[in-house]
Amino acid sequence: MKNVYMDYAASTPVDKEVLDEMLQFFDKYYGNASSIHSFGVDAFNAVEEAREQVAKIIGAKNDEIIFTAGGTESDNIAIKGAAYKNRDKKGSKDYNIITCSIEHPAVLETCKYLNNIGYKVKFLPVDRYGIVNLEELEKSISKDTFLITVMFANNEIGTIQPIEEIGKIAKKHNVLFHTDAVQAIGKVPININNLNIDLLSISSHKIYGPKGVGALYIRKGVKLETIAHGGGHEKGIRSGTYNTPGIVGLGKACELGFKRMDYDVLHMTKLRDILIKKVLEIEESYLNGHSTQRLANNAHFRFTAIEGESLNMMLNDAGIAAATGSACSSKKLQASHVLTGIGLTPELAHGSLRLSLGRKSTKEEVEYVCDIIPGIVKKLRDMSPLWNR
Amino acid sequence: MSDMYTEKVLDHFRNPRNMGKMENPDGVGKVGNPQCGDVMAIYIKVKEEKIFDIKFQTFGCTAAIASSSIATELVKGKTLNEALKLTRNEIANELGGLPAIKMHCSLLATDALKAAIEDYRKKKKGD
Repeated sequence: MKNVYMDYAASTPVDKEVLDEMLQFFDKYYGNASSIHSFGVDAFNAVEEAREQVAKIIGAKNDEIIFTAGGTESDNIAIKGAAYKNRDKKGSKDYNIITCSIEHPAVLETCKYLNNIGYKVKFLPVDRYGIVNLEELEKSISKDTFLITVMFANNEIGTIQPIEEIGKIAKKHNVLFHTDAVQAIGKVPININNLNIDLLSISSHKIYGPKGVGALYIRKGVKLETIAHGGGHEKGIRSGTYNTPGIVGLGKACELGFKRMDYDVLHMTKLRDILIKKVLEIEESYLNGHSTQRLANNAHFRFTAIEGESLNMMLNDAGIAAATGSACSSKKLQASHVLTGIGLTPELAHGSLRLSLGRKSTKEEVEYVCDIIPGIVKKLRDMSPLWNR
Repeated sequence: MSDMYTEKVLDHFRNPRNMGKMENPDGVGKVGNPQCGDVMAIYIKVKEEKIFDIKFQTFGCTAAIASSSIATELVKGKTLNEALKLTRNEIANELGGLPAIKMHCSLLATDALKAAIEDYRKKKKGD
């Protein structure tokens, strides 16, 4: 078997139904959705239909959704937008923003930037499974706190945060609650009202939609300052001509994701559990993340005495596409902040492997991967001066 | 993933030369730090001031494994003084180039080799 894709957490293929829906908006309905002529109206109507499809997957109202260029932009708009609106709180003694140490860089780097320019940010530690400490979160809130931003589920180790509890705390203290739900959409049922979420980031290409488009849910009444000025699209929050084909694709992807969620989750959970059980039969192999509070499609391992980049390269040679948190695979040559955040030493973090499943993953693929991994781990251990068995 | 490596790097990674532990080596050089993700061990056997046999073990990325493999190939049969002249650039060039952020891997290979030769010379002095 060749070409087994197990990196769905990095990106997904565009669903055929999504692609079919998109295509006509490149050359048939190409008008600018802001124009008043019929070409514009056709595009406008498609954008509004997509808005409804996106709203539905999180239980929001249509006019609470704005379209963006992806998850990273959504996170920036939400966090900087809230910060700039509350600039009078800058320079306070107590925390303005509360986040956690294992956030996606789109959130973490934005928070670090705000911290550098004078906002006070609390980076909450997490336990060894990657779960934030709720007590410490609540203790960090003061009258100067205006935003809590904690991801719904972690992109590396798949840990699902106690979002409902965080939402309750945020509501109790009247603090905005933003969550990066890029990995969770389509894999965890989400209702923004039940969970008291005020701001939520969505990315299209993680849910079988096209790349370069995303959305941000903004609860009615929540005021953000824009971070990119222009023609005033999307209530002035996010200017720029509507990416109609992309938006239509995201809308369709949400519709399919919502419809298929139960089936997808069941399917991926089954495969994930086989994967975890089989891989953990390898000696000195460990599961990173939580055993149950975990995304249906995420399996994340570490192996003693081998390095993740070479492990991934050998898997690639066997036709398997996976990912690692090893320093050697990153441009910064630093071990993943998520793995060090859950308490792994850089040494342990180097031997990590993320396998992430998708809607189209099969049992045959999982079995193939389970057959291949032990041999590769052994080969690398035979080569390793740190393996003395 | 493979675009960043030359065919020669991938060949040495897939088919490492002189890989494994050596029984009763005359010199051992172990360098690197598991924290940084690279540890390299080079084992040598010396006859008449020449590297008669050489083996390596590497914990590290593709570039680190390929660098140690080609380094052993380049110095096998050479005199110790010749072997000491091997530079990181020669290793990288022989591999058809290394990505800029992986250049330190080739340095690790020369360091391990130097350490093995020093270890041999120190032991010899002690005899």
